[in-house]
Formats: sequence, structure tokens, C-alpha cells
Amino acid sequence: MKFNCMKGLAAGALMTVAFATTATAAECIAPANPGGGWDFTCRQIGKIMFDIGAVDKPIQVTNMAGAGGGLAFNHVVTERNDDADLIVAASSATSTRLAQNAYAGMTAGQVRFVGAIGADPGVIVVAANSPFKSLNDLVDAIKADPGSVAFAGGSAVGGFDHLKPLMVLQRAGFTDITKVKYIGVDGGADAITQTVGGFTQAMTGDMSEIVGFLKSGDVRALAVLTEERVPGFDDIPTAKEQGLDVVAVNWRGLYVPRGVSDDTFNSWADKLQKVADSAEWKEAMAANGLAPFTKVGADFQSYVDSLVVEVNQLSKDIGVIQ
Amino acid sequence: MDILTNLGIGFEIALSPFTLMLAIIGCFLGTIIGALPGLGPSNGVAILIPLTFTIGLDATSALVLMTAVYYGAMYGGRISSILLNIPGDEPALMTTLDGYPMAKQGRAGDALVLSGVASFVGAFLATIGLMLLAPTLARVAFLFGPAEYFALYLLAFCTLGGMASNNQAKSAIASCIGLGIAMIGVDNSSGLPRLTGGNLHLMDGVDFLVAIVGLFAIAEVFFFIESHGKGSSIGVKLDKVTIPWRDIMSTKWTMLRASGLGFFAGILPGAGASLGSFLAYMSEKSIAGEDGGFGTGVPKGIAAPEAGNNAAAGGALVPMLTLGVPGSGTTAVLLALLMTLNITPGPTLFTERPEVVWGLIASLLIANFVLLLMNVPMVKIFVRVLQVPAWILLPGVTMISFVGIFSLSGSHFDLILMVGFGVLGYFLRKLDVPTVPVILGILLGGNMEDALRRAMVLSDGDFIFLFSSPIALGLWIAAILGFVAPMFLRGVLKKPQAITD
Repeated sequence: MKFNCMKGLAAGALMTVAFATTATAAECIAPANPGGGWDFTCRQIGKIMFDIGAVDKPIQVTNMAGAGGGLAFNHVVTERNDDADLIVAASSATSTRLAQNAYAGMTAGQVRFVGAIGADPGVIVVAANSPFKSLNDLVDAIKADPGSVAFAGGSAVGGFDHLKPLMVLQRAGFTDITKVKYIGVDGGADAITQTVGGFTQAMTGDMSEIVGFLKSGDVRALAVLTEERVPGFDDIPTAKEQGLDVVAVNWRGLYVPRGVSDDTFNSWADKLQKVADSAEWKEAMAANGLAPFTKVGADFQSYVDSLVVEVNQLSKDIGVIQ
Repeated sequence: MDILTNLGIGFEIALSPFTLMLAIIGCFLGTIIGALPGLGPSNGVAILIPLTFTIGLDATSALVLMTAVYYGAMYGGRISSILLNIPGDEPALMTTLDGYPMAKQGRAGDALVLSGVASFVGAFLATIGLMLLAPTLARVAFLFGPAEYFALYLLAFCTLGGMASNNQAKSAIASCIGLGIAMIGVDNSSGLPRLTGGNLHLMDGVDFLVAIVGLFAIAEVFFFIESHGKGSSIGVKLDKVTIPWRDIMSTKWTMLRASGLGFFAGILPGAGASLGSFLAYMSEKSIAGEDGGFGTGVPKGIAAPEAGNNAAAGGALVPMLTLGVPGSGTTAVLLALLMTLNITPGPTLFTERPEVVWGLIASLLIANFVLLLMNVPMVKIFVRVLQVPAWILLPGVTMISFVGIFSLSGSHFDLILMVGFGVLGYFLRKLDVPTVPVILGILLGGNMEDALRRAMVLSDGDFIFLFSSPIALGLWIAAILGFVAPMFLRGVLKKPQAITD
């Protein structure tokens, strides 16, 4: 009984706090520790929304790391389902994990995806002294001997970085994709040091992760996984123009709780559109190797839905899920 | 001469009154954050990041403030290690081994000053190293693949045996418990959850801070309750602070060696300050041999880990700035700060944004002197915080621990886990099983396993791969020697064990 009383008190206190915050500022949950892409999304979008006057008070960023975003997703679904002042950072990793049922049975339909305003193009790179000069060189080598090429990437096995080269290989008609070697290390930069050091033969990751190393000449990008070449990186060919039609970008966006009204949903979509149009965001994108990729509102929701279906099928093909 | 010109530019930025003020504020906040159990440098820096945006600091100022906090926390961690036997943060773990016994002998002041000086030496040398060698040293990271990392962690575990206990078997059991706990969470190499019982909170494994605070601080509370508030070991007397010149002089080589080793451990991505202080302590212990008295409160046992962990803190900045690979948890947070400020660390940072890099280096040097002043003559101010009677201090420490841990993930699950670790710590201490190896197992076990698994993927399960490079081979030999040598030495130099209470 006493425990229940305490619980009630604590809940009461929490609710007061919650009400107090709704009156003052919106909150952005970054479902990871400071330092990753989600944290960047929250901090950068939050800062720009305030700077351009889309919100009255600075947006408060909360880091809620755990289960690759699953903890924050669970928190939003079960505890904050109608909180109108809550936005949560999301990316391709979010939809990938939802598609692979990695959030303990929760589905993409339990939240509303507001929009993405920028994407980190997928890339496949090799060390500067690598014998592979084009994406097809690499693919041919794997076809000849799957064990001869190991990939390093910043996500765990079955994650988005792992799926990218597999999608390329599938397009090239190589079906034995479970034979492809992949090691998941702590982030893209670490994956590059392993590749430049010669421990792995290629690195799969995002454009933002390789910018510095491209400039210093340590690595060579074999392909960027976008429809067209990325502005500012015009000398990197797309996979598509090398005959392997794969588009894989790591979009940066937001979701909100399922239970909010359509008005709230549209108002966040508007604010996000304003950020996308701002000069500050364009500057931030350029500095971080992001390519323009704006989809907001209902348009984005249907994009995410189709993405989930696609990744789910691919993951079944490669045996990551049953 | 280039370096001097650059450093000139750096000091011009760092010596402006405003930047200087930020450095001092940062050092002060950092020392307090480091000293409070549960609040380590990484969450300290993370909590303060929003502050830099609120007051609208530019990139250089923000970086100066945050790195001052970072260095400050590395200094501060030792204070509660020495006075309370509770490490203020992860890297200060090793300082408890000799720092607390020394404090118990009534030499708390000496221990604090000595460790402050050692911290200064380590951090100062590391900053110089960062300045002179960063672009070159960054290449070291390219030489370390999975096999080399595995051998490095193996070296750490092989030297673990005789630490913190007179009973090797108990140490071994303790490290196995730690390794077992490190298994919890999503397995990086297959993406499958292990030992989580389907609980989302355990997917990322157990946070070291939760384990440290539970095993040390919460367990201490249980002992306090058991003794009805009398038997607690907390509350060391500290009368006057003098400078123990003799101890400082006698440990000068220890400090230098430990700084070198710590700096090297810091450069390796992912190894970080904890490994730095650990390797420094273990190597000094083996140099001193059985009659060195490590573990009983000897000056060298305090100087080594403190010089080591502060040097590692500087070393960890090398891969962060030059490769964008964080060398430790805190540098990962600093990396986030840089990204938010639209600075992308990487091989081109030194040439593209010299004002940021050299401003940072100059302020690190300044911060170091500020910290030396704060931590030697003014150490009493920080000590006073921890000197209130145990019946006030312990609940206070507990409350701060709870807040600190809650700030990690914002979920009550970690708090329950922390209390669970407290219970574990209580029973382990009752059974006279050391808790330090448990923490090291949790801290390093996951990395070690990852390295092994990656090596096995790359080599198709061929174990020869683990010995395939000169670096790996050298580390293996060192590891085997570190494991075997003490057994023989003990036979040859049979000495009565030091009596500890």
C-alpha cells in the first residue's frame, strides 16, 4: 500500500513536471547518446526552429539511448501517446529496425512520421591504394571469391550499413549473399580506419562519415547510392550509372506520437518545412555531407510505409529475420 | 617553428579574458563533476552541452569550456576515490587501490596532493604530445585491427590476476562475473539479443556507471546501515595539506612511464582512460615487484594510475580530432559537440580550422595550470564537500548517484539495476571477493569479445590470424609473461604477505 502511495505521488509529481514543460518548451528526444546522427538531428533542427522563430522557446533535447532507439519508441508509444509537444529524431535506422521487428513487436504504425529534411547518401569506399577502381571491380571480385572481400561498417550485423552492399550485390545477380563478410564496428570513422589499415577491403557507410577522409586522400569512393550525383561531390559516380540500380540514403527526420491531432501533425510538418527552407539548414547540410531530401507530411508517411515493406522483404532474403 | 607560430595564434585566442574565464569555470565545474560519484566526465559534458547553446558561445569558446570540464573531471575523479573509496568516475577506479589505504593511514592530504601533481604531469605531457605528434600519431590507429585489439585486451586481463586481493581465485571469479555481465545485450556480430530476457532496457547491455555506482556507493550504504551508522569506512580525517616533496620526487619516473603508457592507450580508439590507468598501474606494480607494497597505500600506486588516466584523456583527443574516431566515452560526447557546431573532425581539421585546434591546445595547457592550482593549494575546498559527517554525506552521495544514473537514460530501470549491483557488491565484500575486477570485466569484456569475433569473421575462424602481425605477437608475449611471471617470482621471492585490514 505504501508503495502504491509513493507511486501515486511520483506520478503526480511527474505529471506536474510534464504540464510545466508543455507550457514552456517542446521536447525533442534523441534515442541515442550524444554524438550520433539522431542527436545531431534533434540539436540542429531544434536550434534552427528556434533561430528562425518557428517555435517560441528553445527546444529541449533529451537523450534516451537504448535498444537502438527501441527504448524511446516504447516510451513514446506507451507513455506519451498524445503529447503534442514531443518530437523524436528518426532515420533509416528507425525504419530498418521496425521492418526487422527489432523493437519487440512494435510497428511503424504506432507513431506518425512527420518528415525528413536531408539525407546522408550511402557510399561504398575503399582505401586509396586498393586495386578496386570501380564498383564493378569490387562486385566481380566478390563473385569470383566471396571470402576475398570483407566490409566494415558502423552498424551491427543486419543494420542499414550491412544491407547496402548486399542490395548492390543482389542487383548484380549475386545470390549467395550470406557468404559476404561484414564486421560491425563503432561508427563510420572506425570502419574507415579498419579499411585504410587494410584489415577490411571496403567500407560501407554514409557520405558524412567519409568527407574528411576523401579530402585527405586516404580513401576512394567507388559509388554513391543515390539517383543522381551529389552536389559538391560530383566526381563520385552513382551505383546506378555503373549499372547497379540501388538507391539507399540515410534520411534524417522526425516522428511524433500516434495520438496527436491532425492539426498538431500538420503544424510540425510546417515547422519542419520552414527549417528545410532556411539558409542555416542548408549550411548545416553542406558542412555535414547531407544531400537535400525533403519529404514532409502525408507524403513522407507513405514513403516510410513502403520503405518498411521493402527492407522487410530484403531482410527475409538475406536471412536476418525469419 | 610552425608549431610555435600556431601555438602563438592559439594563445592569442585562449588568453582573451572571456576565454580564460570559461576555462576557469570549466575546470571548477569539471572537478566537482568528477568528484561526485555517478557523475562522470561523459555525462557531465553531455549535461553541460545545452548550456553552451543557451549562452550562445562560438565554436572555439564552446570547445574550450567543454574540454576544461573534461580535464577537470579527470582530475576530480580521484578525490572521492581517495577519501571515500568510491571512484568518482570510471578511470579513477584504480586510484582507490592505493589512494584509500594511504588516506586511512592519516595521509589523505599527501595522497590528494601527490595525485594532483601526477594528474598534472600526465595531462601536461599528453597535451604536449597532442601538440607535437597528433597528425603523425593518428596513423597508429591504422595499425590496430581486430587481432591487435584482442591481444591488447588480453594483456589487460592477463595482468589482472594478482590485483586487489590476496586470493587469485577470488580475483578470477570476480573477473568472470564481470565478463558474464558484459555478455548482456545485443550481440554486435549477429544482431541477436543475449541474456536480456526480452527486456528492452537490457538490449544495450549494462552501463559501467550503473555498475560502478552500485558496487561502490550503494554497497557502502548497505554497510553503513548494517553497522547502525558507525562502522562505515567513510570519513577520512584530513587535517592540513602540505606538499609531500619526497613522495613526488620518488615517483617521478613512475609518473613519466605512466604518462607514456596512458597517452598510448588513449590514442587507440575505444581503449580510453580506464585502460590507460589500468595498464599504468599494472606495469608499475610489476616493475616494483612483490615488495613494492602495491595495494597498501604506496605513493607509486597513486601516481601511476592518475598520471596514466590523465595522459589517456589527452591521448584520446588525438584520434577524435584527426580521425573523428572517439578514443573514449567522453570524447564521443565532445565529437557530438563539434558536429553540432558544424566542425567535422577528421584528417583535414588541422589545416582547415587551425584556430579551433590551436585555440583548443592552448586552452588545454592553461586549463592544466589552473587545475594544478585548484587541486593542490585549494584542494581543501573540494574536500570540505566530502568531509561532512557520514550520516549526512552518504544519503547525499546516494541521492546524487540516483540523479546521475537517472540522467543516463531517463528510465527508472537503471536505478533498480543500480540497487541490484549494490546488493551484489555487499555480498561480494562479505565474501571478501574484490569488486574491481568485476568492473573491469564489464568495462573491457565487451570490447575484447567484439575484437575476437571480428577477427574470426575476417579470417573464417582461423585462430592463426590472432598472431598474424608483429604488434599482435608482441602483445601476446607481454600478456603471457604478465600472467606467468608472477607465479614464478612468488616462488623465488617468498615474502610474507602484507597484512591488510
